Amino acid sequence: MAVLLIAEHNNKELRPFTLNAATAASQIDSDVHAVIIGQNSADAAKQLSELPVVKKVLSVEGAHYENFTAENFAPVIVKLAENYSHIVCSANTFGKNLMPRIAAHLDTSQVSDIIKVISPDTFLRPIYAGNAFATIKSNDAKKCVTIRPTSFDPCESTGGSAPIEKVDASEEFSNTKFIKREEIKSDRPELGTARIVVSGGRGMQSGDNFKLITEIADKLGAAIGASRAAVDAGYISNDHQVGQTGKVVVPDLYIAVGISGAIQHLAGMKESKVIVAINKDGEAPIFSVADYGLEADLFEALPQFMEELNKLNTIQK
Amino acid sequence: MKILVAVKRVIDYNVQIRVKEDGTGVVTDNVKMSTNPPDDNAIEEAVKIKEAGKATEVVAVTVGEEKAQETVRKALAVGADRGIHVKVDGILEPLAVSKILQKIVDKEKPDLVFMGKQAIDDDCNQTGQMLSALLNWPQATFASKIDVKDNKLQVTREIDEGLETIEINVPAIVTCDLRLNEPRYASLPNIMKAKKKPIEEIAASDLGVDVSPRLEQLKVEEPPKRKAGIKVANVAELVQKLKNEAKVI
Repeated sequence: MAVLLIAEHNNKELRPFTLNAATAASQIDSDVHAVIIGQNSADAAKQLSELPVVKKVLSVEGAHYENFTAENFAPVIVKLAENYSHIVCSANTFGKNLMPRIAAHLDTSQVSDIIKVISPDTFLRPIYAGNAFATIKSNDAKKCVTIRPTSFDPCESTGGSAPIEKVDASEEFSNTKFIKREEIKSDRPELGTARIVVSGGRGMQSGDNFKLITEIADKLGAAIGASRAAVDAGYISNDHQVGQTGKVVVPDLYIAVGISGAIQHLAGMKESKVIVAINKDGEAPIFSVADYGLEADLFEALPQFMEELNKLNTIQK
Repeated sequence: MKILVAVKRVIDYNVQIRVKEDGTGVVTDNVKMSTNPPDDNAIEEAVKIKEAGKATEVVAVTVGEEKAQETVRKALAVGADRGIHVKVDGILEPLAVSKILQKIVDKEKPDLVFMGKQAIDDDCNQTGQMLSALLNWPQATFASKIDVKDNKLQVTREIDEGLETIEINVPAIVTCDLRLNEPRYASLPNIMKAKKKPIEEIAASDLGVDVSPRLEQLKVEEPPKRKAGIKVANVAELVQKLKNEAKVI
């Protein structure tokens, strides 16, 4: 039986992690179908049909799907599931919210946040904030799997031409009502997919001081991250949080500034290719994962860092 | 309004996790255990709602071995009225826990069920959503703000793109984020008082729920270690290394 991928999108276009989830799905079985549920989402459905790994697109349209409410999405997918061996989507807040609702309806024990497909029924996943890796075999007939997007490369996005099939909408779930979404718009790259991330922690001491980080991020074309301490203190909004209960990032370069490196933060960034730590406490645990550690006062180091960057003739973007 | 809060006993968040040499799991013997951190937020929120006069009773429930009862006792010490301990040995999958909680909901008939958004041991992030599916109740996951208005809840959810606000009708499930509130500490008099509050013990086997595992944990291993890095003397050296050695800028 084929694998069913749940597409994440904003009704206009696919969200980038759909491509990573598609790669994971194709590693489970080459026969990947993708379902897209939304309102006026035809453009995103077309984009989905162009992913070469997707063999068929199932499109479900309805006003009650506009805001991706799990209570409305789950019944559609549960109904489709009878034709599939696996249901797959990203382990971001979209998939984390939705997949368990599907799994419970199917009486399946979900495998969350996998980082590797070992075989169609066996997966590798981090536990204890990434301090241990567990190899898990699922004995359920149908498998519900969420994938850690940063552990799978995005699939090719063009060249495919899968047929798009319409599927009937399910009834509206009336006990949940969407009110509003406050998205923080920014011209910077998305934190989850950025090549460079510059993150600040409690050591930044205030929201204003984050401008030292913003400046450097702009210069490097980087996304801005933060530790939970910095978000809790109100220095920066929650969508910037990196860690066990925030986002997991795997950039080419991660610069941790004024972050001590609690295991919960390390869980979200320690797979980064190159890690830089700038901290005045030479004993801070962040240095144990840093390729380059600089023991310095960040309020002196960051302006100097900016100065040095300005001296460079070229900067990779 | 009656609020049921589910709490889980886990290895304390400050403990350095060690993997067992035989690859069967992580070391739990003689390791400090405590309540799963966002479950503390769930208890705190329920107690605050009761203190605001919007709830009449807060019931704390845990599912687990003998010692899991400590988490219920702690919940009683910070303001829960009574406890339920569903006794079961061994590790349960979230699906099994949600089926047990469904039975407790059938019995207790709460208007709201709160719990942490994820447990910091298995990091599954499933139980609340599964329970709401089984009950066909609305779910508000990753809650960082809850407003109770009559028979509705307005909940702000932390999502990848920022914040989302939804309105749900009770009965409903809410899974709590760490930013929902600041959990209080139990005072000594309240710890003493909590010892007198009732905890009902129920054997999971009496609930008629199939809790047999569906997943096999074949192996638990240490994650690959990072190569030791170096300390640089100054910013100029750092930038030079990033440019010429790591070639990332």
